[in-house]
Amino acid sequence: MIAEPFAFGDSPMHRADPRLRAVFGAAFAFVTAVAWEFDAILAALFLAVAMAAAARLSPWRLAKRLFFVNGFIALLWIVVPATYPGRAVFSLGPVHLSADGLWVVARITIKSNAIVLSTLALLATMPMASLGQAMYFFRVPQKLVMLILLTYRYMFVMEKEYGRLLRAARVRGFSADTSMNTWRTLGYLLGMLFVRADQRARRVHQAMLCRGFSGRYPSLDAFCFRKTDWAWAAAMVCALALVGGLEWAKWPLS
Amino acid sequence: MGEVALELNDVRYAYPSGRKVLSGVSLSLEKGQRLGLVGANGAGKTTLLLLIMGLLEKTGGTIRVLGKEVASTRDFAWVRKRVGLLFQNADDQLFCPTVLDDVAFGPLNMGASPREARKTAEAVLSRLGLSHLARRVSHRLSGGEKKLVSLATVLAMEPAVLLLDEPTAGLDEEAARRLIGVVKGLSTACIIVSHEYEFLKETTSRIAGLAEGTVAFDEESSLVHTHVHVHPAGKVPHKHV
Repeated sequence: MIAEPFAFGDSPMHRADPRLRAVFGAAFAFVTAVAWEFDAILAALFLAVAMAAAARLSPWRLAKRLFFVNGFIALLWIVVPATYPGRAVFSLGPVHLSADGLWVVARITIKSNAIVLSTLALLATMPMASLGQAMYFFRVPQKLVMLILLTYRYMFVMEKEYGRLLRAARVRGFSADTSMNTWRTLGYLLGMLFVRADQRARRVHQAMLCRGFSGRYPSLDAFCFRKTDWAWAAAMVCALALVGGLEWAKWPLS
Repeated sequence: MGEVALELNDVRYAYPSGRKVLSGVSLSLEKGQRLGLVGANGAGKTTLLLLIMGLLEKTGGTIRVLGKEVASTRDFAWVRKRVGLLFQNADDQLFCPTVLDDVAFGPLNMGASPREARKTAEAVLSRLGLSHLARRVSHRLSGGEKKLVSLATVLAMEPAVLLLDEPTAGLDEEAARRLIGVVKGLSTACIIVSHEYEFLKETTSRIAGLAEGTVAFDEESSLVHTHVHVHPAGKVPHKHV
């Protein structure tokens, strides 16, 4: 089941204005992604941990998410140092591990974790609906937002439908292997899923027409920017300034 | 005879492939009246409802809504503000992220301000005893809740005529009871498509049957009830004794 384990909660982060979090989340990810200096990216990682703490994310669930990300990065630790040009710090037969390569992977590791953590803390802590509304507010094209919201709404239905089709195949003795029969069956399942998705899309469109839909997706949400949000805004600007400053102003700290 | 809310005269429909579904349906519905519509699978019950909403294009006949003949796309935009359709599958009907968004969708499209729309939506939800669901995400509701919320989304537009397509299908006893209670409390004219005669007997005053593309019978609900149990397959026209 696709779920939003972080979306609902009662932390200071959950109460902060979604627009603020959306914009800061994007800016923070961008700055962290382009930063290179270790001071800057370590500061970003530290800030991201602080955000996760402010959002009171369950450490266990967080660890599970980070495990997937770092599993992917583990591959880079194997491949990059051995293939990156530069002075070798360790040689084993024909394999030379380059110092520069190791630094590069270390940077990637810190940056990825910082970005994933901050995104989880800032964006995953709001329901998809709020993110959609925040996107509307920032004049992201209507069609794009509608696509996202409808995809999100019907993803679950499609998932269920796929589950139903798969069960129907299983109760008649289907088990996946690499035979031609498996590929054919999977083809049928996928084809059927597309047909049903298309039919459902038509019915949903009809339902929308019945309720006066004329191409505009109206929005009910009125955001309210509270006093505490000013504090959040200030803190977020400081966070960006810190990471950016460490990167570009070559802060005397280094 | 009261004022007519909906009148169908010799309405026909054939699929683009040429297969005929309706070959001349005539029905009328008075204001405040509830009419049950029965018929075998594929008899064209849902098709008829879609024709009334202008979601399918009829191939012949006339449809009058609140005394006005409707035919063009523009007419049907007008119809959709006055006639509400409850879809068979609630997942088709609830497409907004949260319940409140969904119920407010119609009023917002009809030009209400967000504040008014929210008020209307909250009022309808509380009338149906669903206020506690307002902030819930639609796809996480149970089947019965989805159905009632769908009904709320339709009622929020304050329709003059309500079309319900198999409203009790798939509902458990309690959810069905609640739905029956809501439907009986409405003063809106309704057409209710259903296979459940008990439900129709309780909620409607007349039952019409579709067979072979036309109205095979159109009688008082109590009569049809006994009739159907005597001849379970008796949907073809014949005289009562």
